[in-house]
Amino acid sequence: MHTLNTKNNFWRLKKYGLLYCLIILPIVYLVLFKYVPMYGIVLAFRQHYPGRAIFGEHWVGLKYFKMFLTDNTFWKVFKNTLLLSIFNLIISFPIPIIFALMLNEIKSKNSKKFIQTVSYLPRFFSTVVVVGIIKSLLSPSTGIVNEVIQFFTGDKILFLSEPGWFRTIYIFSDVWQFMGWNAILYIAALSGIDNQQYEAAMIDGANRWKQTIHITIPGIMPTIIICFTLAVGNMLMIGFEKVLLLYSPIIYSTADILQTFVFRMGIDQGHFSYSTAVGLFQSLISLVLLWTTNWFARKYTDYSLW
Amino acid sequence: MQDSKSYKIFKTFNVICMACITFITLYPFIYMFAQSFSSAQAVINNRVHFLPVDFNLSAYTSIITESRFWNGYRNTLLFTTTGTFLGLFLTVSLAYPLSRDDFPGKDVILKFMVFTMFFSGGLIPLYLLVSNLGWIDTIWAIIVPNAIIIFNVLVMRTFFMGIPQALIDAGEIDGLNQLQILSHIVIPLSKPIIATIGLFIAVQIWNDWFSALIFLNMDDLYPVTLFLRNIVMGSQMTAASGQAVDSSAVTTLPQTLQAATIMLVTIPILAVYPFIQKYFVQGMMIGSIKG
Repeated sequence: MHTLNTKNNFWRLKKYGLLYCLIILPIVYLVLFKYVPMYGIVLAFRQHYPGRAIFGEHWVGLKYFKMFLTDNTFWKVFKNTLLLSIFNLIISFPIPIIFALMLNEIKSKNSKKFIQTVSYLPRFFSTVVVVGIIKSLLSPSTGIVNEVIQFFTGDKILFLSEPGWFRTIYIFSDVWQFMGWNAILYIAALSGIDNQQYEAAMIDGANRWKQTIHITIPGIMPTIIICFTLAVGNMLMIGFEKVLLLYSPIIYSTADILQTFVFRMGIDQGHFSYSTAVGLFQSLISLVLLWTTNWFARKYTDYSLW
Repeated sequence: MQDSKSYKIFKTFNVICMACITFITLYPFIYMFAQSFSSAQAVINNRVHFLPVDFNLSAYTSIITESRFWNGYRNTLLFTTTGTFLGLFLTVSLAYPLSRDDFPGKDVILKFMVFTMFFSGGLIPLYLLVSNLGWIDTIWAIIVPNAIIIFNVLVMRTFFMGIPQALIDAGEIDGLNQLQILSHIVIPLSKPIIATIGLFIAVQIWNDWFSALIFLNMDDLYPVTLFLRNIVMGSQMTAASGQAVDSSAVTTLPQTLQAATIMLVTIPILAVYPFIQKYFVQGMMIGSIKG
């Protein structure tokens, strides 16, 4: 039996020899562009000199962690990241669900399709285009938003230079860009609910609202839980490119987040070890968040990622 | 069954809401479109809302005569086409073997691959790697680091797994080797998913500006998105072409230039979007069933 198995394995290896030749290239790719940078995290614990060894010269222990943990700027940036993430989660997570539920009540197939098609569109535009549009709409001199505000209040708002407006702009534009796309899974889950359930409920005299509470929402609950777990896990992974295009030193007090901080310290100023340490700190918090939410999901519901 | 009165009220309210959402989604584009075709005077005086006012093409003509714009467009086209072929090749090469049930080592490779979705080295190690490869200011820095998106591999693998085993067995009986089975049987059957993933990759490269920002220092390598970014950041038309713009400053405004560039960057996407959006949605579905 044992020899047969070995023979069988050998035969399969031979059969798939060509496919190994095929898969070797992507595997080399994964090692080089995913795992080597992962190994590069050692940089956070090592002294790096520009132009010398790529991942540092010698170990310095937690030097860089102590450095940023005692840095006031780091804590300000950390607070900004946390606040923006939490507000964004609270607002951006439920809106696609509500949108999907409302869309589900549109009876005309054509209108439904049209609304859906339009709602996905902004997802396909470059962040640069989105920020360009935001800046045009909010421009104090020519933007339509300020024109309307001026009409009603007589004043103008310098949206992009006032720290207080940054989070609103960030979150609102995120909802605008991704609401439709993020609703896809809910729309799919909604169309998968068995019509017989609604018919039975109608015979029992349940109105549309009761049907929504007792059939529709339980029907999409698994999707909601899975999406929520992922959303919490990715919570700190803010759309960093958008922030980089939107912010400026005058609004750093609310707009500077961990990733922009890492970008400035690392790419702009060349403090590679320090910024890798900050980046690692953020990745670890994200992993913990994902793991914790999944643990809760598994414990208190029937659905989880793993 | 007769709808209750409150449900009827809700339905009306709902239709109005949906109309508003559709309008809000589309309005920014209408506004950009209108600004890009309006005169500088009309834009300054806030007369542009829905339709172009004093229709003219001056913003477009000054962009089109800008050599850096064409240079950027050409670079973007080059990055997008080569990057899409490279990305597709690597994605198929990875997804196909993993879709074969009895491929030895399948599970290990799959885990090895999926792990990278949840944990990454971050920006700085990647930057150092690319610069140590000597790829700064080369096309490789733009198209290689993002060539494989694991989500796309999973979507494609799921599709491949749906191809009937009987067809593959028939190919083996006919004496085709494994690569011939892939090229003669599997790929012809997978045209829709290959088109979908190809477009996903193409859109992503088309829209990318950040890789160019960190990996490219030379102006003439910039993609058009970086050209637009410089306009958006207000540092446009500095040194290199200050001359050209100063002379046309009377008829064009930063706002109209920006609007026109936005239109020119997004038109290719707008043009293909109606035809491809259903594939995107299908791709997303296939992926989510797996994930």
